Amino acid sequence: MDLTTLLVKGLIILIIFVITLTIAAYSTYGERKVAAFLQDRIGPNRAGPWGLLQPLADGGKMFFKEDFIPAQASKWLFILGPCLAMLTALMSSAVIPFGDTIRFGNYAIPVQAIEINIGVLYIFGVVSLGVYGVMVGGWASNNKFSLLGAIRAASQNISYEIALGLSLIAILMMTGSLSLRAIIDEQATFFEWNIFTQPLGFVIFLTCAFAECNRTPFDLPECETELIGGYHTEYSSMKLGFYLFAEYINMFVSSAFISALYFGGFHYPFMSEISGALENSMGAIAGHNVATAIGIVMFFAKIFFFIFFFMWVRWTLPRFRYDQLMNLGWKTFIPLAILNVVITGAGLLYDFKYATWIIAITMIGMVVVSNARAPKREVVRPGVV
Amino acid sequence: MQLTNRSKQVSNKEMTLAEKMYLPAVISGLAITIGHFFRKKPTIQYPEVKKYLGPIYRGHHILKRDEQGRERCTACGLCAVACPAEAISMVAAEREKGEETLYREEKYAAVYEINMLRCIFCGLCEEACPKQAVYLRHDRMVPVFQERDEVIYGKDRLVEKMDDRYIRANNSEVNTTPTEPSLTRAAT
Repeated sequence: MDLTTLLVKGLIILIIFVITLTIAAYSTYGERKVAAFLQDRIGPNRAGPWGLLQPLADGGKMFFKEDFIPAQASKWLFILGPCLAMLTALMSSAVIPFGDTIRFGNYAIPVQAIEINIGVLYIFGVVSLGVYGVMVGGWASNNKFSLLGAIRAASQNISYEIALGLSLIAILMMTGSLSLRAIIDEQATFFEWNIFTQPLGFVIFLTCAFAECNRTPFDLPECETELIGGYHTEYSSMKLGFYLFAEYINMFVSSAFISALYFGGFHYPFMSEISGALENSMGAIAGHNVATAIGIVMFFAKIFFFIFFFMWVRWTLPRFRYDQLMNLGWKTFIPLAILNVVITGAGLLYDFKYATWIIAITMIGMVVVSNARAPKREVVRPGVV
Repeated sequence: MQLTNRSKQVSNKEMTLAEKMYLPAVISGLAITIGHFFRKKPTIQYPEVKKYLGPIYRGHHILKRDEQGRERCTACGLCAVACPAEAISMVAAEREKGEETLYREEKYAAVYEINMLRCIFCGLCEEACPKQAVYLRHDRMVPVFQERDEVIYGKDRLVEKMDDRYIRANNSEVNTTPTEPSLTRAAT
């Protein structure tokens, strides 16, 4: 690796870092706008045009608030909590391939901070570390509610990580690689996107991603109605800001992860035709770079859709009860994910990729049958008083 | 007794398989919310856009002048008596010779003050006034104040300006009887 490659790599890392932070900052704005629009309101519109400077104003507010550390709290752990949350959130975007390669001269540099052949494992490791930020912060606060929130976060993440991993194993079996780039390249043609080969796995993965990000309907660690503020009850100022920020970064990373695993990453329909045409008309290098740029834009479009989806679900569904959460995780998702792995394996044995549709179709059939057999709900007539 | 036809009996029956899967309900919920996403928003951008509040809105106080531009108030004090918040205070004075163009009656209010922090804009002063002198105008509100000494409004801010006369215009869309038939004529 010579100096040019090193410089470009550094530049890409810096750009990805900045993009992650910017997207996380604007997710807070987006969250408020989406919430407002879903509730027939307009949302923030005072700071700058259309309220676009709102994240800056929020950040400024966060910095100028009193940074309070409770007297009984374990001071260093209390500070470490949000730092850990932020650190792990920022680390996980390193292995996501945002695009194909950029060519200049003889170099071809992948648009990715680091290409490692265990990208999926890396993300899993870092995401599992992420719960330590919540745990340590909630525990160090020396507050019953914070501790309860932290315990909830820990047990919820442990429960859902299993289903998350199992739903992923089906994909790993099909690809035969842990590298995210390899998984994306496997989905080059439209109907081989994993959403079409793994519909059930996708639903399980998506739901578990919600639980891992502590987003509604699984935001029990910060459940206001029961736990005041959950693990960040005692936090104020930018420490609280870091926790909230880490949540949005996690949302961005999991959106990117979902798009990469199930929606073909930077691939889009007729990609090879378009890039071929571009290379013919603009020359091999420029055409390739333009095609890469289109791919990056497509990838970000998918990411933004999933960020929007996260918000859309948040402002639609109420929170689960804790026993419902645990039942769903242990009694539904884990068995289903295992079944998914088994069926996928059986399908691969006969070289048939779409085997898991059997489960999906069976489930839809069962729903229809159970609906047909269920006693009709009594229609309440507008009665005469 | 049934009060509404939208009430639903709460039942604790076992969920069907479809309900246990949550997904059908989740999808129908998402469909409902996305419908609201594209709906026209009813918000009025307040300081930039103001809504017509109707001809009987009770806003800023005004001490009316009559057709010849003389102050109508005779400092009888009935408004101060009627005021439930005790916001009004006044000092009466006798009209001197040569002041007939300024005041309509022989007695007038030398000082007339309304404490806007106390005022609750109930309009009882308007009803109590026998001379149709004090009104709460429908088209203007008392501005926001930051300092306590801005709060007490004297005659300089209450008496109607001759070049900016107040007309309680009857909006054609809203059918209401004007409180005083001569009002619209008096102002023009």
